[in-house]
Amino acid sequence: MLHEHSLTALRDMLRRREISSTELTRHCLDRIAQHKNLNAFVTVDESGAMSAAAAADEQLARGEADLLTGVPIAHKDIFCTRGILTTCGSKMLENFVSPYDATVVERFHQAGSVTVGKTNMDEFAMGSSNETSFFGSVRNPWDPNRVPGGSSGGSAAAVAACLVAGATGTDTGGSIRQPAAFCGLTGLKPSYGRVSRYGMIAFASSLDQGGPITRNAEDAALMLQCMAGFDPRDSTSINAPTPDMTTLLGTEVRGLRLGLPKEFFDTSVDGEVLEKVRESLAVLERLGATLVDVSLPNSAAGIPCYYVIAPAEASSNLSRFDGVRFGHRSEHAEELVDLYENSRAEGFGEEVKRRILIGTYALSAGYYDAYYLKAQKIRRVIAQDFETAFEQCDVIVGPTSPTTAFPLGAKTQDPVAMYLNDIFTNTVNLAGLPGLSVPCGFDTAGLPVGLQLIGKFMDEASLLSTAHQLQQETDWHQRMPEGC
Amino acid sequence: MEFECVIGLEVHAQLMTQSKIFSGSSTAYGASANTQACAVDIGLPGVLPVMNRQAALMAATFGLAVGATVNPVSVFARKNYFYPDLPKGYQISQYEIPVVSGGSLEITTEAGTKTIRITRAHLEEDAGKSLHEDFHGMTGIDLNRAGTPLLEIVSEPDLRSPAEAVAYLKKLHTLVRTLKICDGNMQEGSFRCDANVSIRPRGEAALGTRTELKNINSFRFVERALHHEIDRQISVVEAGGAIVQETRLYDPDADLTRPMRGKEEAHDYRYFPDPDLPPLVIDEADIALIRSQLPELPDARQARFVSDYQLSEDDAAQLTGQSEIADYFESAVEHAQGESRLTANWINGELMSWLNKSDIGILDSPVTPAMLGQLICRIQDKTVSGKIAKQVFAALWEGDSDGDVDAVIQSKGLTQITDTDAIAQAVNDVIAGFPDQAEQVRAGEEKVIGFLVGQVMKATSGKANPQAVNELLKKQLLD
Repeated sequence: MLHEHSLTALRDMLRRREISSTELTRHCLDRIAQHKNLNAFVTVDESGAMSAAAAADEQLARGEADLLTGVPIAHKDIFCTRGILTTCGSKMLENFVSPYDATVVERFHQAGSVTVGKTNMDEFAMGSSNETSFFGSVRNPWDPNRVPGGSSGGSAAAVAACLVAGATGTDTGGSIRQPAAFCGLTGLKPSYGRVSRYGMIAFASSLDQGGPITRNAEDAALMLQCMAGFDPRDSTSINAPTPDMTTLLGTEVRGLRLGLPKEFFDTSVDGEVLEKVRESLAVLERLGATLVDVSLPNSAAGIPCYYVIAPAEASSNLSRFDGVRFGHRSEHAEELVDLYENSRAEGFGEEVKRRILIGTYALSAGYYDAYYLKAQKIRRVIAQDFETAFEQCDVIVGPTSPTTAFPLGAKTQDPVAMYLNDIFTNTVNLAGLPGLSVPCGFDTAGLPVGLQLIGKFMDEASLLSTAHQLQQETDWHQRMPEGC
Repeated sequence: MEFECVIGLEVHAQLMTQSKIFSGSSTAYGASANTQACAVDIGLPGVLPVMNRQAALMAATFGLAVGATVNPVSVFARKNYFYPDLPKGYQISQYEIPVVSGGSLEITTEAGTKTIRITRAHLEEDAGKSLHEDFHGMTGIDLNRAGTPLLEIVSEPDLRSPAEAVAYLKKLHTLVRTLKICDGNMQEGSFRCDANVSIRPRGEAALGTRTELKNINSFRFVERALHHEIDRQISVVEAGGAIVQETRLYDPDADLTRPMRGKEEAHDYRYFPDPDLPPLVIDEADIALIRSQLPELPDARQARFVSDYQLSEDDAAQLTGQSEIADYFESAVEHAQGESRLTANWINGELMSWLNKSDIGILDSPVTPAMLGQLICRIQDKTVSGKIAKQVFAALWEGDSDGDVDAVIQSKGLTQITDTDAIAQAVNDVIAGFPDQAEQVRAGEEKVIGFLVGQVMKATSGKANPQAVNELLKKQLLD
């Protein structure tokens, strides 16, 4: 079936004109409609997609093809898209239409891809289960009673259910990698600064990074190729050329030193998850990689550090949602202060409010030194731990998440339990490093397990090639959820 | 009890960049509302700031000019508060590490010369404007000004009188205009001042509770607002009351200060480094380049005017109070073949009074430095008297003879009569016509000679050389 092909395969079929973009896009739109129960999309842009597909077909007919001409993809609803809704999973932006495209969206346009719609997400990317979305929970295609992970849960569910072959996500503390792990996908969070943040609605500016969610590493490389690169509109984007990721995929793992931090293999991790991670590492070892014991001694400080810095930045980033210029505006306001209080009280959900409160507190006079400043110091120590570990290895490996996908509602009443989902991922954001989750097996319940690969700064290539080599030897990434 | 006041000033100087500090929008003044506000200025979701390097270099220029440290690395911070004309809910400013630290300015008042220390100068973005009229009980927002680059220059509390405050402010005003980093237009808000004021018993070291005066947008208002506030504080304290730390607005119409209606309750701005902007780096090469391009500063120019042009301190200070006036002077002197003092008198006197009457700046003066210089030459070579020169000046101002000084003198027949015979004829006529006065002079009342000189001048329509007239009269009556 058409939808079972990878992004790269579809791209090539389009180029060879074995299929048309119109046919493929129609197929995707039909599948999205058939899988509405997953709630993976907030907006489906049928007319926009079909006209983009028609334009792509004309281009292909002329024998012209850009990187992704005619390939349908979806964008996480955190990326601003001109002309269609950008909600960020929030009531606050329920009716918001951006007058401009995010740089990432623009680059996919330039590469010729077809945007079929905007995927569901945790509100303002704050969540690890996609249950904080104003537009309702997303369901995991592997088990509709379980969460797809978050915050890029809609993108993960859409790719896992083969509604599209690739989708964009964003990752502030694990929001690409954890849903990729929960949905049996390949998800890459690039190095901080590799992908422009312009037009990506900010959660925590020093941690946010956009990246691809796909079914295999080759597709992730292709999407990254399209997304990455310096953007003068983002002062934190890095002015360095993007290596040809797709060519580098062929790099062998022979001689590659894989570092296993003992802190990532402790008893807090589900036994089956550890077992699958170890099995996949054995595959890489067979391919010639060597396993090295390393340590990231301050990992345990990651969660508290992250949950000071991210909410602090968020509390300020979300101040612009005040009901004055755009977004939800309360109808119950007599005074200016009512307009602020009511618009924000009505427009934001519980988790967003919780984080704004935490962040506001952490930045308040008298607490700043004890929380924000201290967290910044810990952040440097955590980054230093990685640097030290990378003296002994080339790539750090471990589980992406301590468990497989959990049932809907299981952790909604316990924020800290929810936050612990990101225990292995958020230190990577704190250090600004690239991280990738790749499927490494299934637990006895039939749920996918993710292996996380962490690379040196700007070394996405090693992560993609390692994942690609693993995928040449295994078929976990080729399995599909039942009924999809 | 005798009180002294302690004043510190915070000046917001709008930097003369073409575009805003963090976006590409124009900074031009006076466009219709919200036409110069792009996605970044409006604070749309997803937008990011990009530093305008020009603004940073202007700040560094200021730092060098006041002998401050230009910090090689400074940090942008977010100042968080809610207000409708603040689109992002925070203002990007600098907090812990500003671009400029330290420095000083020297001021001169009747009390003498004094050094005023500058605490810091930091870069920040301006907010928009709330428009309270024309919206029928609602408020309109104009974001054209949002994101305009400002340099906030903070002085130490070294000022001890409203006169000193004004002197400091004027000095700063001249400086930023000389450096061409700010146009200094106070009506348009390009140069704004807030004042922190407190009083204490003279001789006491501890500072009193201060109030902050806002909305003082002219030199005259600064002086008046400060006087009012100091008097108010003294009367509160003398009545046994205590000063409340608060922000007060100066109302120029009522000529008083009143507490500002709560913009917000107690502020906690929750400053933290802006994660969207890398630290601002100004390296040694930047500094060297700026230093090489630094214009002559007002103090140095004043000193040079005194030494090179033999001007009085007062004349030199007046001329260097605006760099355009000083430029005019130097150009005019050149055309006047080096006659500096007379040129200075003409600029500070006649030219200034015409400029003031017409309410225009010196750059718009119809009498150019070349014309004035030429006129000074004609005074020097006695073609015209000083008095006649004023008529020539007026004609030049009106655009007569395309500004050709000699043509104006010719066409109006204003050439001074230096021909002794012609003057002698007029002198004899006057002596004959005013015999009583002539007799008084002969009797030794020399003062009366002035009257007779005046009559001769009148008879010659002012064209006679007054010195020659004087000599001739004396010769005729006293020899």
